[in-house]
Amino acid sequence: MKRVAITGLGAVSPTGLDAPSTWDAVKEGRSAIGPLQIERQDLVTCPVAAQVKAFDPANYFTTKQITPLDRFSQFAVVAAREALADCGIDPESDAVRMAPAIVGTGGGGLETFDNSFWRVYGENSRRIHPFTVPRLMCSAAASQVSMNLGLHGMAYAVSSACASGTHAIGQAFALIRSGVSRMAFAGGSEACMTTGNLVAWEALRVLSNDTCRPFSKNRSGLVLGEGGAMLVLEEWDHAVERGARIYAEVLGFGTNSDAGDLTSPDPEYVELAMAMAIRDAGLTPGQVGYVNAHGTGTAMNDAVESAAIRAVFEGAPPPVSSTKGVLGHSLGATGAMEALLTAMALHEQVMPPTAHCTEPDTALGIDMIPEGARKQEFSAALSNSFAFGGLNAVLLMGRA
Amino acid sequence: MSTLDRVREIVATQLGRDAAEFTADTNLIEAGFESLDVIETVFAVEEEFDIDINFNANESAAQDLITVGDIVKAVEEELAKKATK
Repeated sequence: MKRVAITGLGAVSPTGLDAPSTWDAVKEGRSAIGPLQIERQDLVTCPVAAQVKAFDPANYFTTKQITPLDRFSQFAVVAAREALADCGIDPESDAVRMAPAIVGTGGGGLETFDNSFWRVYGENSRRIHPFTVPRLMCSAAASQVSMNLGLHGMAYAVSSACASGTHAIGQAFALIRSGVSRMAFAGGSEACMTTGNLVAWEALRVLSNDTCRPFSKNRSGLVLGEGGAMLVLEEWDHAVERGARIYAEVLGFGTNSDAGDLTSPDPEYVELAMAMAIRDAGLTPGQVGYVNAHGTGTAMNDAVESAAIRAVFEGAPPPVSSTKGVLGHSLGATGAMEALLTAMALHEQVMPPTAHCTEPDTALGIDMIPEGARKQEFSAALSNSFAFGGLNAVLLMGRA
Repeated sequence: MSTLDRVREIVATQLGRDAAEFTADTNLIEAGFESLDVIETVFAVEEEFDIDINFNANESAAQDLITVGDIVKAVEEELAKKATK
């Protein structure tokens, strides 16, 4: 088995249009949650979201390039370009040319769906743009990343709701570890700030109407976010030979399914997914020094995830934090974003805080880092994702 | 039909049972409600009565809908608000 290095990072997030500015905001607990601003807002009750308000596609694409790109594809391409530049390899090299592109998404081209179908049902137009289908397909972002970067390896979308980005990286990890690929681009993207999607989330009755406070007694639910994150995974020796900077090592992946309830996670399988990742890495729970939680800020997630963490670590869990107080919940992108943040946490040896955790719920039995970023040595970390439908995915990363 | 009868019909439909089995005191969980049944039922009564019920699964108020009668109470409160508008 090959070792797997993370050598490139790219992000478009509500707190910044690249990975460094995103990480800085998360580290400082600077939340991007604010007043929602979307088309047809009068139809939506939810007042808040974590939107990528500073993003102007004209800064990245020509007018002709923008036309076939849904916002979720734009985020993925911009993040992938940054990750490629960041990893420092010749973009024309064989390893890049043959690299796979695996992009997780929960909903695909949701803006295209919403705007196109609004024309049909809301404005009674029988004409919608000829690129509607290629813009909205779930695999659009993967295709656009492969075309934009010239990646000829296998490209596809992974969709597992809120675990999509984590599954995408887990798949890329398997490709490198097994020797199939030397290099892979993997991540997630979601642009879900549409009227239809927000109304649909309101119907689930889990959205907060003020902000996201994971693991805090005054929790009020989740806040939707948007964004994209792409990582370059690379065969360790290949990275070392070319003198690449290695942010972290991917050591293990644990994934399973509850095969139970649609929206209530099963603590037994959530716990097992974490244990599987630790076993896959050949480690013991005591060697894991930090957990980046799924941490959505709902009553259900707080209770189930903390109980599972306590069980895996036999009552002595390492520090745990949720970065969703800063970035909201970007659905299919969030797992990739959190893998990126966990890699940065390992690289800088800093654990990011749980923002907005103003009344730490001590009954949960975890140290959720409420006071601010913590400088502390640790050699391995988990990044958790637990999706609707009972789809669990956990990455284990180590200090490089 | 009274509000209680209409709510009993909705709860019975949700569980695939006969409305006659339900009273105002019927405990929803004991009657077989699982995770999504409450929000589906809230949606169904909102449609039936053309009202909006303020219900968030994260707040302790969510625990207030324990019995069939609790749903009736929530509906009647919203109907009263609507009447005064």
